[in-house]
Amino acid sequence: MTGSPILFDRVSKNFGEVAAVVDLDFAVQPGRVTGFLGPNGAGKTTSLRILLGLVAASAGTATIGGDAYLRLRHPMRSVGSTLEVSFHPGLTGRGHLRVVTAATGIDRSRVDAVLEQVGMSEHADRRIGGYSMGMRQRLGLATALLGDPGVLVLDEPINGLDPEGIRWIRGLLRTLADEGRTILLSSHLLTEVQQTVDDVVVIASGRQRYVGPLAALGASTGPATVVDAADRRALAAVLTLEGHEPVIGPDGLTVTGLDPDAVGRLALAAGIPLRALGARSGGLEDDFLALVSEPDAPDAPAEEVAP
Amino acid sequence: MTTYLRSLASEFAKVFQTRLWWLLAIILVGYVGTAAGGIALAFAFAPEAMSAPGAGLPVGDALAPLVYSMASATGFVFPVILGAISVTSEVRHRTLTTTFTAIPRRGIVLAGKATVGLVMGAMLGVLAFVASVGLGALALGLGDIDTRLGESDIWAMIARGVLAMALWGFVGVGLGVMVPSQIGSIVAILAFTQFIEPLVRLAGGLIEPLGEVVKFLPGASGDALVGASFYTLMGGAGIELEWWQGALLLAGYGLLFLLIGRATFWRRDVT
Repeated sequence: MTGSPILFDRVSKNFGEVAAVVDLDFAVQPGRVTGFLGPNGAGKTTSLRILLGLVAASAGTATIGGDAYLRLRHPMRSVGSTLEVSFHPGLTGRGHLRVVTAATGIDRSRVDAVLEQVGMSEHADRRIGGYSMGMRQRLGLATALLGDPGVLVLDEPINGLDPEGIRWIRGLLRTLADEGRTILLSSHLLTEVQQTVDDVVVIASGRQRYVGPLAALGASTGPATVVDAADRRALAAVLTLEGHEPVIGPDGLTVTGLDPDAVGRLALAAGIPLRALGARSGGLEDDFLALVSEPDAPDAPAEEVAP
Repeated sequence: MTTYLRSLASEFAKVFQTRLWWLLAIILVGYVGTAAGGIALAFAFAPEAMSAPGAGLPVGDALAPLVYSMASATGFVFPVILGAISVTSEVRHRTLTTTFTAIPRRGIVLAGKATVGLVMGAMLGVLAFVASVGLGALALGLGDIDTRLGESDIWAMIARGVLAMALWGFVGVGLGVMVPSQIGSIVAILAFTQFIEPLVRLAGGLIEPLGEVVKFLPGASGDALVGASFYTLMGGAGIELEWWQGALLLAGYGLLFLLIGRATFWRRDVT
């Protein structure tokens, strides 16, 4: 199983006067889990809908293995997707999957297989109207997996899952990626997918802010250090004098753009005794928030995601 | 072609795996059966004076076709609703996303829905005529009036009635895609078929220039196709078109609605 790469090539979309997505330009590689991250309203869902041919781009093209979704010969056998966990409430879970197999020509034996795979076999003959959000998520995932596709596009797949469900879907996505599939999933919370994704695409206000490996996300805003001293005011004065902007918090001062070594040397030179010094922990989330909250940041340089 | 057949199979699966079609079928059969049986009884046992020549009411041979055609004359709104809901429920339950990712060629999805609208309309038509002919003939028999069930003319009328119901299902799909809001389209269907068109047709019987236009209305086309109508009883404009003209006109309405919907709502972004 080898998935095809997904390519957004200078994709923009305007809804009337509103620019929902501006110049998205990135690739998503097979064999990796790519997180598509951004706050609510950042344009994630619009981008995924453009990829699946549900929304027409105002400019640019989004392709899967070089083809637009609308031109794929067997769309659901090439790309599995859940953009909407909405179903006809009067259908049973199994009935919904049968409607989809009828529409796509996918073998009906797959219905039981995917129900089993997502752990929904025992609920399959109940009406979807009575399903919980977590069960809908699982049914959505079952729909995406029906065609055993090489590419999976999942919009907020973790939303509404209980902790056990979250652990389960992490394992499943990892397995699917290890099989060589291309996996693109969106989320508005980095922490939610941090343990799952290899690469991230961060967008805010419709523009991409970062594209690259998750591990390098922190590097994009530089290092950050938390430092504390008995005399915080003197320490802050020294750092400010050197052109930095320390922020006073409960644990001391946070300085971005300096590593602990550099901060320690500055304090030593100024003769200020320190009571704590270290790299900021939990920095990934802060870096993510910093990325998405910059009001009009210039586009981050679009690196190719390493295969 | 394969894609069209798949669209058809999936649309049939949507209909038969949910409850709406048989709920509508039960109500339709009950409604049409009661109406046909009731009217047959009312006329069969009407006082002499009412059925005297010149009173304008159907007597003898004219009664049977009127009773049987109640199936389509009063039941036609059921296939329209079933057809319209096949589109509007996708909007209401936000399932167009799944439908269009499974079959990205939207025109083919719509062709599938239109075909299913026709077939389901025909099926409801058969059920409705079973009810109207069954209970109607029983009531006529009780009143010692000829049921005329041995005549080919009557069976030809019943066949045209089933065709009319099929076309009404097709019109419903067109209406649904033209007015994709579920409440909006159902209100439009009820307001037009139960209120606006009946009033205009009654008025058409009184105001001559209006009568020329009235015969082209959807309901009048349907009545022309079946060849019997309750409105002729009520002093409204009579049937002036040939049955095949009525059929073409009704199909034309469906096609017009479908094309309008295809060019507007159906090609828009699904957000």
